Amino acid sequence: MTGAAQPESMIVIGAGEAGARAAMALRESGFAGRVTILGDEAHRPYERPPLSKAALTDAAEPQAAFILTPDRLDEHGITHLGGRAVTAIDRAAHEVHLADGERLRYDRLLIATGARARKLALPGATPENVLYLRTFEEARALRSRLAPGAHIAIIGGGFIGLELAAAARARDADVTLIELAPRLLARAVPAAIAAIIAARHEAAGVRLRLGTGIERIEAEGERHAILLSTGERIVCDGIIAGIGAVAETGLAERAGLAIDNGIAVDGRLATNDPDIFAAGDCCSFPHPLYGDRRLRLEAWRNAQDHGNAAAKSMLGGSDAYQAVPWFWSDQYDLTLQIAGLADEGRETVTRDLGDGARLDFHLAGDGRLVAASAVGPNGRIARDVRLAEMLIGKRVTPDRASLVDVSVKLKGLLAG
Amino acid sequence: MNTTTAARWIEACEADAIDEEDVMRFDHDGHTYAIYRSPDDEYFATDGLCTHEQIHLADGLVMDHIIECPKHNGRFDYRTGQAKGAPVCVNLKTYPVKLDGGKVFLGLA
Repeated sequence: MTGAAQPESMIVIGAGEAGARAAMALRESGFAGRVTILGDEAHRPYERPPLSKAALTDAAEPQAAFILTPDRLDEHGITHLGGRAVTAIDRAAHEVHLADGERLRYDRLLIATGARARKLALPGATPENVLYLRTFEEARALRSRLAPGAHIAIIGGGFIGLELAAAARARDADVTLIELAPRLLARAVPAAIAAIIAARHEAAGVRLRLGTGIERIEAEGERHAILLSTGERIVCDGIIAGIGAVAETGLAERAGLAIDNGIAVDGRLATNDPDIFAAGDCCSFPHPLYGDRRLRLEAWRNAQDHGNAAAKSMLGGSDAYQAVPWFWSDQYDLTLQIAGLADEGRETVTRDLGDGARLDFHLAGDGRLVAASAVGPNGRIARDVRLAEMLIGKRVTPDRASLVDVSVKLKGLLAG
Repeated sequence: MNTTTAARWIEACEADAIDEEDVMRFDHDGHTYAIYRSPDDEYFATDGLCTHEQIHLADGLVMDHIIECPKHNGRFDYRTGQAKGAPVCVNLKTYPVKLDGGKVFLGLA
């Protein structure tokens, strides 16, 4: 144990999924001292996944999907201070400084500051003509642009860009999606599955411009024009960029904490200060399933699992985090799910789940199952991806024929 | 049968249509239910949609006495409907089940 043997005050910086879960998990683990969540947004902690999905497409004006009701906060004695930005961490005094001058003392601190949208660095791109999506307020602003017949240009063929494209089509807006890489989802998703997603977007009427750079953005009367590297000029009513996220590490950096593609934590999610932990999108951590490869994940499930794990470590636990990475995206009637790290695979074996649904198992050079990626209707793929996730966690080396043969239940492989 | 609840018994499916440690969707009168067969060969029934985001639980995974939602892995004990932790915090409604003549019947109020 380090610092105060009996911690009295736990402070969580960041009111997102990881921070909210950690606060609850502290209580679920029996911690009876003070738990304070500090958020720079005014809202109580809310779920972000719907922001690129239902919040844009539902007929009714969206409400934030709050993770914790005021009653639950009260019941668990968790103090949420919204609209209270933290400006500094004083490690020597064990205090956080707030923008309004107040100082709060902590025994253990969790940094769960998440990530912010990477901004477009292009001639002509301004905060006025390019929109981004990270917060509920930004989702509301975007939603108002997705009008029938409006032409929306989306820059970036990653998950956010693609979910935005699907949402815009659902609202009958015209969509052109521009991606610099030669294919969609190049970072995280195998080519065969990305091709299915690309075909679905084209069938929905999205104009894809892949392998295409942007020269500049200019005004076109009240509208905008995007000049592409191919010479094409796209005139549109709104521009949305989804070109990745940057870990929010500023506070940690200024406090002298180690940074390595995010706030660097160990397997317990502890930083190089034993009383300070980090969780969720803002941190990078070693993963024991992949030879302690350092990962930074921008994923809802990881944020939850990190929140749970960080709470245990803050209370003195010594377990190493080892949850299998898991991710999903919804676009139109398709769900994409990935368990594990597909880029660790050297060989792919495909299971045909019917109705056009497909599950790819990724095997390492030694035959170990390291990832599974699937696309199709959620009901077709979810159960098998969940089982694949469990098989990955057990480090199994499965028989290839059993993976391909849909008459062989994956559940049966778990017992082996 | 408790006469005060005046349950109607609705025939849902053949008992062997559900594998052990598995689940099946059953739609009746505009409502969706999930019927479970436990590893110890008992039958249970709950509402069919997750209390978090209205997803069909029958597409999820049954492990022991837990049904896990196929969308966000919310977990419920299908014997009692109890929510087992984030992201689900609202319990599932359960329904009585009886077997008769190799068929599964749901007791609906």
